[in-house]
Amino acid sequence: MDKPKAPIDYNNAVITIKGLEKSFDDYDVLRGIDLELYQGENLVVLGRSGTGKSVLIKIISGLLHSDKGVITVLGQDINKISDKEMQELRIRIGFSFQNSALYDSMTVRQNLEFPLVRNRKGITRKEIDDAVESVLDAVGLSQTINQMPSELSGGQRKRIGIARTLILNPEIMLYDEPTAGLDPITCIEINELINEVQQKYKTSSIIITHDMTCAKQTGDRIAMLLDGQFQREGTFDEVFDTMDERVKPFFDYNFIQ
Amino acid sequence: MDTENSTALQLKKKAKKPKGKITTFFVSLYNIHKFILRFFKEAFMPPFEFKEIVRQCYEVGVRSFTLISLTGFIVGLIFTKQSRPSLGQFGATSWLPSLVSIAIMRALAPLVTALIAAGKVGSSIGAELGSMRVTEQIDAMEVSGTKPFKFLVCTRVLATTLTVPILATYTGFIAILGGYVNVATNEGTSYSTYMQQVFDPLSFTDFTASLIKSVVFGFTIGIVGSYQGYYSTKGTEGVGKAANGAVVTAMFLIFIEEIVIVQITSWFR
Repeated sequence: MDKPKAPIDYNNAVITIKGLEKSFDDYDVLRGIDLELYQGENLVVLGRSGTGKSVLIKIISGLLHSDKGVITVLGQDINKISDKEMQELRIRIGFSFQNSALYDSMTVRQNLEFPLVRNRKGITRKEIDDAVESVLDAVGLSQTINQMPSELSGGQRKRIGIARTLILNPEIMLYDEPTAGLDPITCIEINELINEVQQKYKTSSIIITHDMTCAKQTGDRIAMLLDGQFQREGTFDEVFDTMDERVKPFFDYNFIQ
Repeated sequence: MDTENSTALQLKKKAKKPKGKITTFFVSLYNIHKFILRFFKEAFMPPFEFKEIVRQCYEVGVRSFTLISLTGFIVGLIFTKQSRPSLGQFGATSWLPSLVSIAIMRALAPLVTALIAAGKVGSSIGAELGSMRVTEQIDAMEVSGTKPFKFLVCTRVLATTLTVPILATYTGFIAILGGYVNVATNEGTSYSTYMQQVFDPLSFTDFTASLIKSVVFGFTIGIVGSYQGYYSTKGTEGVGKAANGAVVTAMFLIFIEEIVIVQITSWFR
């Protein structure tokens, strides 16, 4: 299925990363990452498990600290801003977690209301209800509003997780393995939702995955992370039109699967 | 995770390296010290989470209420029953109400309440926060612009600190009632006489010391449970460890604190 074209502003980078390095104990995960995400773009970061894909977006959202490098998000160097500024910046970044990370003691409605109530002081009950309805409608799960997360399927949980980030109208979306653990049909639905979010909410996104279908369906640009660095970058066909022994098996294996 | 959180996690990881138990112990002490300082820094700075504190107080109270009522009553009843033969040898069974009230108000009520709360509430806090940590719910809270430490930790610690003294006072009265049942059955003492004999030997220092003790116990239960849960790692195994660690560590500390506070209050008597 062809991805609907979204207008990408190549003169406006919403995320710029230069020389990013991160290690855990003696293990160097990221070894000098350079990256630019443009306004309106879906960038897919591909790579094997343990290559630091999730670490990369956790650094962007401020959940982890880099060892070295400059990370500029929406014009702010996240290593130099105060805690308060970081908190304000986070509201402009949506983060969809691999396991959805829904608050399991709250209903779907409470999950969606939580970030809104805590970040929009003085918001009225009607505004909250409208926002909740709007995002639930966007992910196509209006009927689940009073359900608990434990009553939802894996795909529904992913969608509600995405809805929870959308409720704050983020400018950037970070998706951590959005299709992991889902059946192929639900995967395609999630991929379509990612594209719809990009169109409707005018977001710029980084999608972390090792699912080639997801990469092909959602990515405007693909970046292949190997050995702590981006080895290949370009459109899906450009990245995989290669005889590079480190990249080729990844492509072959995925499609054989 | 925020800077202090990640620092603590990194220190915890380093502590797991084969550097010896002594190093691990001191690194843990350092982490707990930072955790407590952070609590005081964040708990008393606006914005305050009043609604969540009230909700947590209710949770703590409800979780322990039935067990505390039952245990309190039985402790009073059994203590009176077991003390009777010894006092009876000296013909001093009329002293039973005084003995019961002093033992219960000075030591048993705060201690029993704290131990039950450590088991019920401390483990629950450890497991709940641990589960939230390993399922990335704490991270989700952080990226959505909420300070998880303030919302999750400060509210729970304040709730246990406020609620355990109330529960301890309640346990005291229930235990005294338990004692009354035994005394009334055996000696036929009236309720008013029993109560008069119960309160006569108690001083203001007894109540104050008991209250202070309960506040310290409540704080310990909250802070230990939160610390274990908040820095939980290793998936579901880590959640179990957090819950278990919350109970064992809190109980150990409660006994140490009991000894220290008893020693201090004895100087004022």
